[in-house]
Amino acid sequence: MSSWPSDAFRFALVGNPNCGKTALFNMLTGKRQKVANYPGVTVESKRGRLITPSGRKMVAIDLPGTYSLRGRSPDEAVTRNAILGKLADESPMDLIVCIADATNLRLSLRLVLELKLTGMPVILALNMVDIAAKRGIEINMKRLSERLGIPVIPTIAVDKGGTAELLAAIDDAAAGENTSSTPTWHEQSADEVRATHLLVNQMIEDCVTIPAGNDVWTRRIDNVLLHPVWGLLVLLLVLFLIFQAVFSWSTPAMDAIKAGFDLAGDYVKSNFPEGMLSSLIADGIIAGVGSVIVFLPQILVLFFFIILLEDFGYMARAAFLMDRIIGGVGLHGRSFIPLLSSFACAIPGIMATRVIDNRRQRLATIMIAPLMTCSARIPVYTLIIAAFVPNTHVFGFVNLQGIVMFGLYAAGIISAFLVAWAFRLFVWSGKSEPFIMELPSYKRPSLRSVGINVLQRAFVFLQRAGTTILSMMILIWFLATVPGAPEGATEPAIHYSFAGMIGHALLPLLAPIGFNWQIAVALIPGMAAREVAVGALATVYALGNDEASLGSTIATHWSLGTALALLAWYVFAPQCASTLSVVRRETNSWQWPLAMFIYLTALAYLAAWIVFHTTLLFT
Amino acid sequence: MVDTHSTSVLPVPVLLGKAGKGFRGTIVAVGAGVGPSDLEDAEYSDELERRLLEIGFVEGAEIEILHEGLIGGDPIAIRVDDMNVALRRREANAILVRAYPVGPSGKAQG
Repeated sequence: MSSWPSDAFRFALVGNPNCGKTALFNMLTGKRQKVANYPGVTVESKRGRLITPSGRKMVAIDLPGTYSLRGRSPDEAVTRNAILGKLADESPMDLIVCIADATNLRLSLRLVLELKLTGMPVILALNMVDIAAKRGIEINMKRLSERLGIPVIPTIAVDKGGTAELLAAIDDAAAGENTSSTPTWHEQSADEVRATHLLVNQMIEDCVTIPAGNDVWTRRIDNVLLHPVWGLLVLLLVLFLIFQAVFSWSTPAMDAIKAGFDLAGDYVKSNFPEGMLSSLIADGIIAGVGSVIVFLPQILVLFFFIILLEDFGYMARAAFLMDRIIGGVGLHGRSFIPLLSSFACAIPGIMATRVIDNRRQRLATIMIAPLMTCSARIPVYTLIIAAFVPNTHVFGFVNLQGIVMFGLYAAGIISAFLVAWAFRLFVWSGKSEPFIMELPSYKRPSLRSVGINVLQRAFVFLQRAGTTILSMMILIWFLATVPGAPEGATEPAIHYSFAGMIGHALLPLLAPIGFNWQIAVALIPGMAAREVAVGALATVYALGNDEASLGSTIATHWSLGTALALLAWYVFAPQCASTLSVVRRETNSWQWPLAMFIYLTALAYLAAWIVFHTTLLFT
Repeated sequence: MVDTHSTSVLPVPVLLGKAGKGFRGTIVAVGAGVGPSDLEDAEYSDELERRLLEIGFVEGAEIEILHEGLIGGDPIAIRVDDMNVALRRREANAILVRAYPVGPSGKAQG
């Protein structure tokens, strides 16, 4: 990788959303990609390396899809500045490759004309020419190229079609590269945009023949998928299938991962001399990292469906159907998918909020994502429900335990809407942002491109979550282990550790909501990942790894009020260090994760207090 | 208005946000001064105008309302020339449209 010269020829891929830009990028660069954020902002820069037929080593940069160079948010301005070389220590791009959807040329051509105004060299890649041909759209490439004054190359990204020709054109541009002048840009006024549209209309009339009603399939599919009733039913069905897949397909892989980490831990414990080091490796690092990696199968399955549906064109339809339903509380139709992802884990959900182009709505979505019941809470819910809620049926057929579980999920969702609504009311009062979204034509997704993107997402998840989690794990292990138990100790070791001390110190605060010191102590290792609290409770009650008997132990030690209060606490459960750290990275500030921690803690405390005292009244 | 010579009288322009499903016509005006202006400030309407223009809502474009949401018929899915765009009715009120003069097969009045 280091063999690429630092002054290698660099070109940016620019295009409207849904033009197949990322698929083309994947075809050009294969797996030689690197995802990183631009310094200081949340705009992702995807870089890929490639060698042209003539042997030139180049760097391709995939920029977020856009209709205009005019940045509407600070993040979008970065895209423009990256092209123009206005970012610190970066020179302008050597070339812009503009990608256009051949079936929908109008907006792409307007973008091309805007890009040309910068004075930088531009190549137009006419993508999806195969679909255009099938629909009877005829494009006179030669005349279009003459009118635009730039090379026009037809491509079919999903089949690698035209990439050789595109690379040759890029090669030509690199060969003829002259010391070009500094690119210029000014924000186009509304009237300039209108004038460009007129110009584009003339070009299309001149070079393109579009048969009437050319996209019958999208229209037919939309008649069902966008139907106010059938559309919502199909959406529900799709969601049901995704959830089924996320929770059932990934179970064998999750079991295998869990077993693997348990084995590794046991191996370390039985082969290393007993002491701090073996405990750090086995209980701290291996157990801790394992408790996060175990969610990877769920996240992979989830991302697979999300990216597949996005590439197919369905995600915009889901946003359309959900917009009014969740828009009432100030969320965007596109908030829907990130919130959905958060049912597996809030981290991929928060990472997926990048599709929301509006900053306020994106922040609101990030802030409520942890209220979606993530799968890390399920072990805690299951433990308490099994121990305290009788496994009986009400009305003859409804399982009481099931109702409580459902109620906890519903409580999370309802709270999320209330919080979003409060946000809109008190934090961002005033005008809401426009909801304007293209509904792209349906397209056959490329499995290869979907695969690359899924792996990329998974890698980013491991990178983001992994680095923080490892350090948190070591810290929490340290708190729960040091100092060790004194000679002749009667209580389990954790009782004498810093975590034990903190737990005891917090007890006066937590007693009013019914928590005993064992719960207080267990909440601290639970900071690493919520389900770790179950194992920690077993440790505190000196049950070792015997989590099976934990249920009967707590059933005799806790009052009903305590158990229900802990359930209520876990609906909000502020204690997930990984989520907070991802929020910090995604918002690039400490303010938002801090605000999240404070509001979640406050709500958790309030809810637990109400539940505890209400239960006392009735028991 | 009594329509006595239907070939020369064009339908009165309406706000796109007020039009129903199945409406077909052409865009007459976009942006400032079109919709109810009491709601928003100048900065907002300028931003909205340019975003609408950038996604293809430009004077002369042919439009058709294809679908409506479940609650209050909002948002709406609109065909703009050759592409489909989703919009809330609130934003659609910044667009003035005129229905085709006769029948659904009428030609656009550029």
